[in-house]
Amino acid sequence: MLVVKDLVVSYGAVPALDGVSLEAPAGKITAVLGANGAGKTTLLRTVSGLVRPKAGEITLEGEDITRLPVESMVHRGMAHVPEGRGVIAELTIAENLKLGGLFRKDAKDSDSDEIYELFPALAERRNLSAHTLSGGERQMLVVGRALLARPKLLLLDEPSLGLAPRIVAQIFGIIRDLVDRTGLATLLVEQNAKSALSIADTGVVINLGKVVAADSAAALSSNDELRHAFLGF
Amino acid sequence: MQQFLNVSFTGFTLGAIYAAFALCLVLIFRATRIINFAQGAQAALTTYIAFDLINRGFSYWLALLIAIAAGFVLGAFIERVIVRRVEKGPEINAVIVTLGLFVAIEALVGIIYSQNQQGFPAPFGVQGFKIGGTLIALTGNDRYRIVAVALALVALLALFRFTHVGLRMRAAAFGQEVAQLLGIRVGRMLTLGWALAGAFGALAGILIAGGSFISPSYMQGTVIFAFVAAVLGGLDSFAGAVVGGLILGLTQSYVQSYVDINLVNMAALVLLLGVLLVRPGGLFSASVARKV
Amino acid sequence: MALDSPDVTDGELLGGGSRRVTGDGSGGPALMRSNGVKHLLLVVLAWIGIFLLVKLLQDSNPFRVTQLATMAYYLPAIAGLTVLTGVNGQISLGHGALMAVGAYTTSVLLQRQESLPFIVVVLASVATACVVGYLVGIAAARLHGPYLAGATLALAVGLPGLAVYFRDFLGGDQGLRVTPPSSPAWFESITGDLGRGYVTVLGWALALSALFFLSNLVNSRYGRQWRAVRDDEIAASLLGIDLGRARVLAFVVSAGCAGVGGSLLAVVTRLTAPLSFTIVLSLFLLTAIVLGGLGSLVGAVLGAALLTFLPTFLNNQALAAGLDNSQAANLAPVVFGLVLVLVMLLAPRGLVGTTRTAYYQRRARRSRSTGA
Repeated sequence: MLVVKDLVVSYGAVPALDGVSLEAPAGKITAVLGANGAGKTTLLRTVSGLVRPKAGEITLEGEDITRLPVESMVHRGMAHVPEGRGVIAELTIAENLKLGGLFRKDAKDSDSDEIYELFPALAERRNLSAHTLSGGERQMLVVGRALLARPKLLLLDEPSLGLAPRIVAQIFGIIRDLVDRTGLATLLVEQNAKSALSIADTGVVINLGKVVAADSAAALSSNDELRHAFLGF
Repeated sequence: MQQFLNVSFTGFTLGAIYAAFALCLVLIFRATRIINFAQGAQAALTTYIAFDLINRGFSYWLALLIAIAAGFVLGAFIERVIVRRVEKGPEINAVIVTLGLFVAIEALVGIIYSQNQQGFPAPFGVQGFKIGGTLIALTGNDRYRIVAVALALVALLALFRFTHVGLRMRAAAFGQEVAQLLGIRVGRMLTLGWALAGAFGALAGILIAGGSFISPSYMQGTVIFAFVAAVLGGLDSFAGAVVGGLILGLTQSYVQSYVDINLVNMAALVLLLGVLLVRPGGLFSASVARKV
Repeated sequence: MALDSPDVTDGELLGGGSRRVTGDGSGGPALMRSNGVKHLLLVVLAWIGIFLLVKLLQDSNPFRVTQLATMAYYLPAIAGLTVLTGVNGQISLGHGALMAVGAYTTSVLLQRQESLPFIVVVLASVATACVVGYLVGIAAARLHGPYLAGATLALAVGLPGLAVYFRDFLGGDQGLRVTPPSSPAWFESITGDLGRGYVTVLGWALALSALFFLSNLVNSRYGRQWRAVRDDEIAASLLGIDLGRARVLAFVVSAGCAGVGGSLLAVVTRLTAPLSFTIVLSLFLLTAIVLGGLGSLVGAVLGAALLTFLPTFLNNQALAAGLDNSQAANLAPVVFGLVLVLVMLLAPRGLVGTTRTAYYQRRARRSRSTGA
């Protein structure tokens, strides 16, 4: 589905990504792991077009999307849930969700009902302003919003940040289920490597802008040296 | 008592105009975080276009429509071609650009049309009406102004609240990056915001002109008062703009009638400083803590 | 609120400490870096300047004399404003009103206390302008960006109204007639009868004094504090700088300079009326500082020259092109407004800033390539 080849990204003179390559196949969850500042968020932002790479190539289902404008990514089936979640606090929950399906030709008002079923906490407050939501509820909202775009590729940037383990488990469970059922490709950036590896199929470990390991989730979890060095557990 | 009522009506009518203009400023500010000081000059230009048309025999209403359309186009043009380039930089650059446009457009109007004061026709009567034995100084023209502003306001609010475009505009204004990720062409939404403000401003400019005199600088006072009104209400709030506009209109009317016409501007300044020192974000600044 | 003004001041040109931007260590001969020598040099230059000015005035027609005087009254106001906005980062659209304060103080004093020496009148005008500047500054310190712009805009529009309200004291719409100080005998014995030239020389002496004062201030710790406050409020307050005080001081200083300008405006134009102080004046001052480069005193001189000579030039061009009088008068604002826009789009550092930045960039590149 998604193929990243030799991506180089710099902020001024500082290289954030130094020749990163990875793949995110359909129907699988690919975890991107590593310490703070390793370049994980930059990777996602480059894939979705918010940042322009200096060199390298990004293809989605065979199409070169490296230099496409950000707004066109949704039309190609990509949904990016950014770092910090991206809830538009001034809008209501319902309006936030509506934004997800905005560009689908077959969007219906009732689509949001699916999300309300997945996340009942959102249903009760659907017409309230989104700023009243807690961290966990916001995460549910933005994941729901992303799903309403019926994407082929889902990018998640640190969804577990600041959330209670129970909620993290709930959200991760829903994503895993969705991937299995619909064949959605998912790139999951996480600092919480343990949780990420528990639902991921494969993992890529990034350190200082370079890929230091790429293997199945099981293999990464059982590699003690790697875990201690880069993943913090 | 009757005088008080009449002064209040005058204030209310004035307030409606200031509210309309303040709304334009808030509209633009919410979208691009810029105060468009040139809004008044734009309105002056479109009013003169209408004036020219009326003098050539067009009907008032057709001229009004054309002026609103012109305002729309002008607003879009200014955002896309000029302001777009300073939207990202330091705040002060954008302020200076809009001030430069203010000066240039106003002077341009003076060159193209005329520096002299001229009377602008009013579409409705300039007489008040009686209730019981008292003369209410709310002329037909005044009532038209208030209704026009109210209608335009409702239309604008409906646009924002109930349409796809409105939702996209709000998303683009409140969360640019997230909006982009959701597929919204943020640039287009910003241009649209300026275009709508330009159209609304054109309407307000003609409403003010009707039954009164125009000169290239006739909108100066209004812009400043509208700005004060917008700030009073909190630059992010439509409701605040309306309330601020009404407060300012009433203040102007009372100071003009009961104190001295020359102190009106100072009164506005004092009011502005008073509010800002107590609530630096304006009256309606329930600033939604922008956590995500 | 970051600004584009280069962080190098005219320190190297007008005295004060030497601040090197490129850090290549080459400061020129040791003698040039001494403060005392620089000041002495400046005083000598000033005297030469005045001498040249007098010579120029002797050969000029009355119109040119008035133009030179006009430049002298714009200069301190522009210089003060460029320091406020460029060095301290506060935008003010109300400096026209502050000039009005100075002008009216001068006019009233000259009318009612004819025996007062002119310098006392000027100082009084500076004082009143400073007081108003202090009041505005206190309010301004709490505001920023568009809010500050709007508040000062309201001031610019509101203050002239006071002159009309207090019409007995301040002359109302008609304004106050001003009799400028006449040249003393000792002056005439040196220069001959310069007519209005005396006021021009006075004006330039005052303007240059203001510039000198500003230059020293900008290069002192006050100037450094102002820049710190402009660039990073939080860092500045962590350093122990009182943000409010620094901002108010900047406002007061710039107001005082505007007061000098206003005072000179009164004696040069011989009339102080509300119509002389419309919002357009404040906006023209803004144009001048933008064109010259925010924060640059050299740019202020350039801006003053542009404000003085360009409108007349444009007016003449317009008349020659067939426009009528009132249309021709509008050409200057159109050009100024457009130039403001263009400068912001293309060269936000202004004319002086852009040249200076280019100069330093080239110096830096050269020192890097010589293996520094």
